[in-house]
Amino acid sequence: MITLTDVHKSFGNNHVLRGVTLHVPKGQSMVIIGGSGTGKSVTIKSVLGLVEPDKGQIEVDGRDVHQGDRDAFLARFGMLFQGGALFDSLPVWQNVAFRLLRGALKRPRPEAREIAIEKLRRVGLKPETADLFPAELSGGMQKRVGLARAIAAEPEIIFFDEPTTGLDPIMSGVINELIREIVTEMGATTMTITHDMTSVRTIADRVAMLHDGVIQWEGPIGEMDAADDPYLQQFIHGRAEGPIEAVR
Amino acid sequence: MSAVLSPLAALGRTVLAILAYVGRIALFAIEAVSHLLRPPFYWREFGNALIQIGWLSLPVVGMTALFTGGALALQIYDGGARFQAEFAVPSIVAIGMVRELGPVLGGLMVAARVASSIAAEIGTMKVTEQIDALVTLSTHPMKYLTVPRMVAATLAVPVLVGVGDSIGIFGGYLVGVNRLDFNAAAYLKNTVDFLELWDVVSGLIKGAVFGFIVAICGCFFGMNSGRGAQGVGRATKAAVVAASVMILAANYMLTEVFFAA
Ligand SMILES: Nc1ncnc2c1ncn2[C@@H]1O[C@H](COP(=O)(O)OP(=O)(O)OP(=O)(O)O)[C@@H](O)[C@H]1O
Ligand SMILES: [Mg+2]
Repeated sequence: MITLTDVHKSFGNNHVLRGVTLHVPKGQSMVIIGGSGTGKSVTIKSVLGLVEPDKGQIEVDGRDVHQGDRDAFLARFGMLFQGGALFDSLPVWQNVAFRLLRGALKRPRPEAREIAIEKLRRVGLKPETADLFPAELSGGMQKRVGLARAIAAEPEIIFFDEPTTGLDPIMSGVINELIREIVTEMGATTMTITHDMTSVRTIADRVAMLHDGVIQWEGPIGEMDAADDPYLQQFIHGRAEGPIEAVR
Repeated sequence: MSAVLSPLAALGRTVLAILAYVGRIALFAIEAVSHLLRPPFYWREFGNALIQIGWLSLPVVGMTALFTGGALALQIYDGGARFQAEFAVPSIVAIGMVRELGPVLGGLMVAARVASSIAAEIGTMKVTEQIDALVTLSTHPMKYLTVPRMVAATLAVPVLVGVGDSIGIFGGYLVGVNRLDFNAAAYLKNTVDFLELWDVVSGLIKGAVFGFIVAICGCFFGMNSGRGAQGVGRATKAAVVAASVMILAANYMLTEVFFAA
């Protein structure tokens, strides 16, 4: 459903993506792993058109993402940003219900609020949180509000950028379950970036590892442990020794 | 030779850079206006912007006008005394306030207060990915952030200028009656008799243009903010400087146009 072909992106002299080719099938959960700063966030942002690739093609449902109606295109997506990216001028519930308060999916305010509170409950937040402002929440709570906002309009395609960083182990478990449910029950197609191997094993149908600007390894989760790619093995076992240099 | 030319070259580069900025701001303004003409219009954001830009700027603009009106009365009395023209104080205070000082000082105060806060707010939204988040939520940042502020400032600043004009004239009146021994009724009559409608209207038109400049500069520099806190700081500074200089330049040009008319 989502296909990236030979995608390149540089920031000045920093050649971040150097030919990323990746296919995410419909209704599957793709997890992207890879070292910090390898361009995982840039990869999913380029699918959404937030980052303009220098070269290469990105297609969703066989159609180039730069063509056609952008509003209709974006309406199919939900995105959890790495930093949460909550609107700090709006209370939590209006953040979650943002899409439901304006535009094509607009509903009456009380109804939008109810949906927001229900989504907050699903990410483990109490209804009282609804009227707080993002600045009044802890980092982990902000992350979960961002998650609630990403799933609020029940989009077909959802991107999660590090959904469990900053959460305690129990809450991480809850969020991993939630993402899995969204894929199996709602049939959504998802791309998740994570450094947490427990998340990888719970969430993923397929795993892709980004290294040196290309997809180093890609395959079903079941084949990950047996794969003989040295980069992949070093990464999933968190070894300091190996082909990936850790600058010290 | 090069010792002579290099400062000139530096000057030339600066001028070119400024012109390039003015061009980019102009394109940004055109884009903003074109978005105003296409739905949707975000009324709630517009209401918030009106309160932020208009209502909450009233104290600052009012104080500025009050003190300026008072000082103006003293200066004109002093200057007028040199050719026995003290009687002109009320009308010159009124004309000076309404045509020039009200809009310019009001505009500059709004630039300091509003352009900075708009640039800082939008700049922070940019660096914390809130602008990206808006886009992914199918909301155009130009329509959601720029257009409401632009319309609110263009409508609110003339009103602020109008209020500031009255307060400034009142400041002159207070000084005139209490310090310069003018007769209260005569001061007021003198003010009203010599003030023409066009004096007031031309000042209000200036106010609208200045409000537009303030909002556009705040939004432009916010949207183009660099990364991190430093980027936001720079954007804020640039917004206030650009808005102030453009207000003064626009003031001169508008005055020429009104003068010729
Ligand atoms: N807007 C930008 N301007 C300049 N450089 C950028 C920009 N966005 C990302 N980069 C650079 O691109 C590289 C990859 O960034 P990215 O955020 O994709 O990393 P990541 O793989 O998500 O890392 P992490 O796991 O730490 O989040 C980094 O070196 C970063 O400095
Ligand atoms: Mg990242």
